[in-house]
Amino acid sequence: MLYISKWKATAILLTAAIFCLFAVPNFFSESTIKRWPEWAQRHIVLGLDLQGGSHILLEVDVNDVRRQRLLAVQDEVRKVLRDARIGLTRAPVIRGNSVEVIIRESDLQQGLAKLRELSQPLSGFLGSSGQRSLDVENVGGGVVRLTVTDPAILERIRQVVDQSVEIIGKRVNQLGLVEPSIQRQGNDRILVQVPGLGDPKQLIDIIGTTAKLTFRLVDTSMSVEQALQGRPPPESDVVYGSKAENKQPYLLEKRVIVSGEELTDARPGFDQRTNEPMVQLTFNSSGARKFGQVTTENVGRQFAIVLDDEVISAPTIREPIPGGRAQISGYFTPETANNLAILLRAGALPAKLTVIEQRVVGAGLGQDSIEKGKLASYFGGALVVIFMVATYGLFGVFASIAVGVNVGMIFGVLSLLNATLTLPGIIGIVLTIGIAVDSNVLIYERIREEVRTGRTPITAIDAGFTRALATILDSNITTFIAAAVLFFFGSGPVRGFAVTLGIGIVTTVFTAFTLTRLIVAWWVRWARPRQLAIS
Amino acid sequence: MRLYHSIPLLRIVPDDTKFDFMRFRRISFPASAVLSIVAILLFFFHGLNFGIDFVGGTLIEVQSKTGPADLAKMRATLGGLGLGDVQLQEFGRPTDVLIRVAQQPGGEQAQQAAVTKVQQALGSDVEYRRVEVVGPRVSGELLAMSTIGLGLAIFAILIYLWFRFEWQFSLGAMIANVHDLVLTIGYMSLTQIDFDLSSIAALLTILGYSLNDTVVIYDRIREMLRRYKRMSMPDLLNISVNSTLSRSIITHVTVTLALLALLLFGGHAIHSFVATMIFGVVLVGTYTSVFIAAPILIYLGVGTSRMATDEPAEQSEQATPRRP
Repeated sequence: MLYISKWKATAILLTAAIFCLFAVPNFFSESTIKRWPEWAQRHIVLGLDLQGGSHILLEVDVNDVRRQRLLAVQDEVRKVLRDARIGLTRAPVIRGNSVEVIIRESDLQQGLAKLRELSQPLSGFLGSSGQRSLDVENVGGGVVRLTVTDPAILERIRQVVDQSVEIIGKRVNQLGLVEPSIQRQGNDRILVQVPGLGDPKQLIDIIGTTAKLTFRLVDTSMSVEQALQGRPPPESDVVYGSKAENKQPYLLEKRVIVSGEELTDARPGFDQRTNEPMVQLTFNSSGARKFGQVTTENVGRQFAIVLDDEVISAPTIREPIPGGRAQISGYFTPETANNLAILLRAGALPAKLTVIEQRVVGAGLGQDSIEKGKLASYFGGALVVIFMVATYGLFGVFASIAVGVNVGMIFGVLSLLNATLTLPGIIGIVLTIGIAVDSNVLIYERIREEVRTGRTPITAIDAGFTRALATILDSNITTFIAAAVLFFFGSGPVRGFAVTLGIGIVTTVFTAFTLTRLIVAWWVRWARPRQLAIS
Repeated sequence: MRLYHSIPLLRIVPDDTKFDFMRFRRISFPASAVLSIVAILLFFFHGLNFGIDFVGGTLIEVQSKTGPADLAKMRATLGGLGLGDVQLQEFGRPTDVLIRVAQQPGGEQAQQAAVTKVQQALGSDVEYRRVEVVGPRVSGELLAMSTIGLGLAIFAILIYLWFRFEWQFSLGAMIANVHDLVLTIGYMSLTQIDFDLSSIAALLTILGYSLNDTVVIYDRIREMLRRYKRMSMPDLLNISVNSTLSRSIITHVTVTLALLALLLFGGHAIHSFVATMIFGVVLVGTYTSVFIAAPILIYLGVGTSRMATDEPAEQSEQATPRRP
């Protein structure tokens, strides 16, 4: 046990040195590291609780996704049946999770066949999953019910999250924030983390707005009051104005002339005549063509610009607008005009997102935490070293060296993993300093016992190591299990604690099995002790 | 080696300590049972001081820019906002105040609105050091995940110990350590310390460390069981505990030193975490592994055949460690 070959000794020292060296980049500034080779650039990232920043967790509004899907199905049903000239007793309506339509008895079979074509097979991980997007049932009495299946909703939510991540990315970049991180989390969530951002109000405004923009004609076939009292025409609905428009209702055609998807650009600016803040829009070629055509055909009519189910402007078409340019004014402050321009350039979110968790730490608190963490680490380390040396003398010095290397290796591994260091993470390191000496204590106490049974120092040391190592392994694995569970079930900064605790356990076992043994072996060879001071 | 010998070293536990720990099981078992029941009663009737992680709501830490914060005035300002229960407390320094706003009715968006209201009311006299908003969805999940995590950790460790030792050891360690967790939760209820995500981390760490301690003793017991086939169980346990006692104490001193450094210099934010750890690891963990985990093996039927001789004297003479 005490004989360690040169090769082994070299390997042990090299391993420890290499891991410690990986910690080096943390002592240099970001700009210095940038000039190093890429493999040497890995370093620890400070968590948001230490460097300050915003953590915002968003959730896709499942009801919104479901509602949109049902509306789309309703539209498709209407269109398919109309195109196939199938007679209806009642137009399609949304009931709970389904769309119901009553088909005339004579056309029922043909209608059913057409509607069944609407149901698409869903793709699973390996090709078709055998599930379909719609359940089409013949309920009887000519009633056909189309139910949106749960897998179809799940599939849609997945797509919505993917698209949203991309769009939020574009929006956040436009705000000029540094290193934002936007990730999918679980099935229906998105985590946005922005280091250094102490006031996330604008960020939340920007990512919490859907920004679905549509241009629609005002329906003049009946007045809004009539529509509100009775039933609006099937191809139109009532949309309310924004607060600036006094929540005035408008009866609008459901048909969309152009939408935000057909924009190539949106810029904030000021109206040259009125000096009001405005947003200048530029349509792509198909959008420009449609807009030109509709405005040519409807001179004198009013149209509405609808943003997220709210009319923000309802100008009258005075002349055809062929160039594919339009402007919205009379609604904004310079700031909101700028925000809307950002939103429109990045595109609309496919569904509503809700902020369900927000954690913001100011830079001041982060800096304080770092200072306090450092202070606690130094004091903790010093106290442990003093105590160990007082208890074990030279062997206490060995233990202290092992603990020092241990901490170096923890930082090295954290750097290698590009891991995030949080305040609980620092606690984990300080605790590791306290517990890392345990392996040395186990070994030393065992050596003392062996000495007491009458062994010579060398055989006592040998036996002490052999016996203690099994115990060290057993006792550390239980703590490691706890750390692992914490890692998988914990969230946020607490995970950082699990990471440092877990890595600390691994490095502790490593140093106990190799480095401490090596140091003691060298000492024994050099000093040839006839008596052991620790016993 | 005169050089090393001349330095007087700390000797915390004398080498020939032969303390009869097993005798104390007649006191420690009933005492632990009573304390556990008290802890459970506290949990159910006094409750835990759940933080926003688990019940939702808003937590804002502000620092007054103009000298010590006027708590009474702030309380009056915030109390008039109609946000329900608003709690304020000084946080570490006279300038720092921690504001807690109870979860608002009206779903996720209402929480955001509450933050805006508070920020408008306090204006720019304060610096916002920390703003945390946890909605009802997330808080519910965090609580569920934490409970599952804790249960899973206990289960995983149980399985591991079962593989490494006999099942009695695994069960004994589990009883001992669930006892630790119960007492720690009782302590948290009694002191009304904040119970948040970091408390779960503390509980899991306490579980890990006090098991660590238990495993060290069990390892020794197993070794002794193999070595001394005839020794009575209480004697064997006593020898095992006594021979690991020095290690237990030294390790706990170093862990305590580290925790003490954290308690004194780590700042107010981690205060409750560290206080819980000190209670759990240092006070309960040590006691449990010596006074509960070891003697419980007697009742779980480890070495039942040895139970016949409960007179320690003669047997232990015979068993003085003397190896070839």
